[in-house]
Amino acid sequence: MAAIDQSKIRNFCIVAHIDHGKSTLADRIIEKTGLLTSREMQAQVLDNMELERERGITIKAQTVRIIYNAKDGNEYIFNLIDTPGHVDFNYEVSRALAACDGAILVVDAAQGIEAQTLANVYLALDHDLDVFPVINKIDLPSAEPERVKDEIEDVIGIEAQDAPLISAKNGIGIEDVLEAIVEKIPAPGGSPDNPLQALIFDSVYDSYKGVIVFCRIMEGRVAKGTQIKMMATGATAEVAEVGYFGPGQFIPCEELSAGMVGYLTASIKNVKDTAVGDTVTDLNRPCAEPLPGYKKVNSMVYCGMYPADGAKYPDLRDALEKLKLNDASLNYEPETSVALGFGFRCGFLGLLHLEIIQERLEREYNLDLVTTAPGVIYRVHRTDGEMIELTNPSNLPDPSQIAYMEEPVVSAEIMVTTEFIGPIMQLCQERRGRYVSTEYIEAARALLKYELPLNEIIYDFFDALKSRSRGYASFDYEIKGYEESKLVKLDILINHEEVDALSFIVHADGAYERGRKMCEKLKEEIPRHLFEIPIQAAVGGKIIARETVKAMRKDVLAKCYGGDITRKKKLLEKQKEGKKRMRQIGSVEIPQSAFMSVLKLDDK
Amino acid sequence: MENLSIYIHIPFCVRKCLYCDFLSFSVCGKERLPAKEQSETSYVNRIGDKAFGEIESYVNLLRQEITRSAPEYKKYRVISIFFGGGTPSLLPAGALRAVLDSIRSGYRLADDVEITVEMNPDTVTEEKLEKYITSGVNRLSIGLQSADDAELARIGRVHDYGTFVRAYEMSRRAGFGNINIDVMAALPDQDIADYERTLRRVAALSPEHISAYSLTLEEHTPLFARQQEFRFPTDEEEREMYALTGKYLASLGYHRYEISNYARGGYECRHNKVYWQRGNYVGFGLGASSMVGNVRWSNPQAMERYRDYAGQIGRGPDCGTAAAVREKDADAFAVAHLSVPEQMEEFMFLGLRMMCGVSGQAFNAAFGVSLEEIYGELIGKLCAQRLLTREHDRVRLTERGIDVSNYVMAQFLFA
Repeated sequence: MAAIDQSKIRNFCIVAHIDHGKSTLADRIIEKTGLLTSREMQAQVLDNMELERERGITIKAQTVRIIYNAKDGNEYIFNLIDTPGHVDFNYEVSRALAACDGAILVVDAAQGIEAQTLANVYLALDHDLDVFPVINKIDLPSAEPERVKDEIEDVIGIEAQDAPLISAKNGIGIEDVLEAIVEKIPAPGGSPDNPLQALIFDSVYDSYKGVIVFCRIMEGRVAKGTQIKMMATGATAEVAEVGYFGPGQFIPCEELSAGMVGYLTASIKNVKDTAVGDTVTDLNRPCAEPLPGYKKVNSMVYCGMYPADGAKYPDLRDALEKLKLNDASLNYEPETSVALGFGFRCGFLGLLHLEIIQERLEREYNLDLVTTAPGVIYRVHRTDGEMIELTNPSNLPDPSQIAYMEEPVVSAEIMVTTEFIGPIMQLCQERRGRYVSTEYIEAARALLKYELPLNEIIYDFFDALKSRSRGYASFDYEIKGYEESKLVKLDILINHEEVDALSFIVHADGAYERGRKMCEKLKEEIPRHLFEIPIQAAVGGKIIARETVKAMRKDVLAKCYGGDITRKKKLLEKQKEGKKRMRQIGSVEIPQSAFMSVLKLDDK
Repeated sequence: MENLSIYIHIPFCVRKCLYCDFLSFSVCGKERLPAKEQSETSYVNRIGDKAFGEIESYVNLLRQEITRSAPEYKKYRVISIFFGGGTPSLLPAGALRAVLDSIRSGYRLADDVEITVEMNPDTVTEEKLEKYITSGVNRLSIGLQSADDAELARIGRVHDYGTFVRAYEMSRRAGFGNINIDVMAALPDQDIADYERTLRRVAALSPEHISAYSLTLEEHTPLFARQQEFRFPTDEEEREMYALTGKYLASLGYHRYEISNYARGGYECRHNKVYWQRGNYVGFGLGASSMVGNVRWSNPQAMERYRDYAGQIGRGPDCGTAAAVREKDADAFAVAHLSVPEQMEEFMFLGLRMMCGVSGQAFNAAFGVSLEEIYGELIGKLCAQRLLTREHDRVRLTERGIDVSNYVMAQFLFA
């Protein structure tokens, strides 16, 4: 293979707010460069997972190498690194950006800049990427490209007057984008002769090849047989294969050298050994220092996951194991609940991550799950000076042993049109937000900054935000740290028995409201029994709310006509079957749906 | 010689009531006419020639099925025959007699055979009643449902209360000494006082037997679709109506012998009890259910399929019996050879519908194992919950057990 001219490589990504057309533009770029016929294109090439396509978001970074014959007569190699598009995956985004030399900023010609656009652009600028904007969806009747250009210049401070005006959906202006990539994105630096220094920006597990490590070679070279070392995890291995990313496939090559983006395999059994952000170097000729920015990713949100059918516990364990192979940010450990039996306490980057894992378990592994209310990690400072990180409310020590508790707080940025500032501020107040500032981006739009407890935003904050701004508000956040807070454990008692799976930590001021709502919801969910069932919410043994499920008055089939006994028996069987799917708490049978219903208390 | 009961299904109605999900078709062209369109004249006059043709051809199929099935029932003695529907009284009296003739010529009838015909008040004529008597019919079951014309209209009955009273009196004059009246509780917009009025009016006529069912809203019925338009009695009110029925009728000498059936001494419906006590019964006609020798099956519900079936019995090179024809298409006929555990389940959940409950001795006789051994623990638990009660050899539902009888009965299923 002829040596690749480093000056003809362009490593870049596309950043955008969700729905602004990032994946569609990626598709068009791949299509225009001729490696794929239109017929081969699945709707969106880069969003691989079924789930990703359904939700219209990118969950894992996807990368593709394409060849572009530019107007200057040269052949260029483009490495397009598609980044995850959600705040849950901010760290992955930052590592993917670090693998690039430039970024295309896609802005919707009608909607303009949104909170997530800003967050992503600042992230790109922080990584010293050269960013150039393109204005997408210019064929929409509501498109205002000139206004959006001004907005980009005013708000972000990057040149936008010559931004390509495109419609990714209809293939308008794509050539301009390709030329702009050649002109505006710098060629990678680094020397093939230096010691190997490669950035891991993603990895996937393959049952034949082991872990496939996605990396950007900053310095040096790597080939089959190179002894490598991951500098942060310390893992070592011998490279079995290197290659680059064809559309939808891995294409082996002889060597990867400085400036290139590609993959390597080395019979690595676990993605834990190939942490995103780690630096790969040559074991025998190591680089002096790892690349900056490596961070151990921590789970932010925890919940209990239980198989609806207790016998499926081993299946759930196997499924989690398999998902973990591909997802180093998923954590789990076995736990037991009196109410739900054997299950796992699982940790996630955020609620979206949680939902994705839950859906994958249900769809790809055909599991029926009961999940408990997601919660954050609280820090419990005990009177004896010890600090516990609490992921399961049931493990909260006795109040007499607690000196104080802390909860995680985020810095949030909410972009909103000025007419909705009032309702949004009220929402933030309700969620115990602390006002920081308001910045007017233009006459009609403002960026609200708040500090909010994480546990107030993990449920339905985003939905509430959308509904109170008729969909116009956008939102981004990052973890700020821990702060002391007046937290209590809310317990639910059904027929005087505490149901561990329903306990959770809540701010003292919200306990009554929350407890009342939970009791109301459970009353709807628990069917009448032969006896009356009190449902109570309690804090520290004190009852703060109560509802009652009245005793079943009647369950009798009047008619049984013409000797049709089979129909009657089916009815009885259905009744008995229904009971089997319930969870037994003392003498009360609770449907699975009851555990899930309390997660959605704010539906009105 | 074993006992056998025969059920004959007549799937025709003047029009379907709004709550009905039984297998029946309207033969008056327009289905479910609004009540105010009822005419003074009998509905029979409005049945067109086409409908008569339809009925006639159905009766011929029925007779074919009855006659050709007869060889299978040689060892049985028929103790009851029940014409149900639909509206059996819609049949011309001659047609009903012809069906009975087919039975008489192919089956051995007990001397005291109980022969019941279900009637809709609107279809009763003196001529018909006389022919019933001479055909051997000795019991009538008249569907009244309510003595309140507004309530009748709401549920889409074709008759009013006056028509019913005339039909009832006509039946008495014709010589029927064993009459059941069907009433319904928990009707739309009905309150307890309304229901009590119906009950008093019915009891004042002094029938031998009263069936009192609560309305069940079945999916796919017009009433189900329109339920928002009405206020339905609450569960509590419905139970009050039920309690009232038992108490009031008891004061007049009717005893409750099954969850929803009341009779004066000696007038319990023999046919009805066969279902609950797991006697043998064969159903003839469209969609009719049977249980003979611990095999259950149901006839096809589509007329075409039923016609094929009736045509195949006893035909072909191997002269297939009805049972052989059904076995060839066991799924379509829902043929179920009941296992011993299934028989035990049925013994319990059917037997408990009878107020006398189930007998330990009978259980032992049927299965060669004691009731205690199979269900002792469960019965003990349900007795402790006061849902069942035990007296000597018998186990039966308590009043509270009746209220939640589905729950109780479901416990006796093994699966």
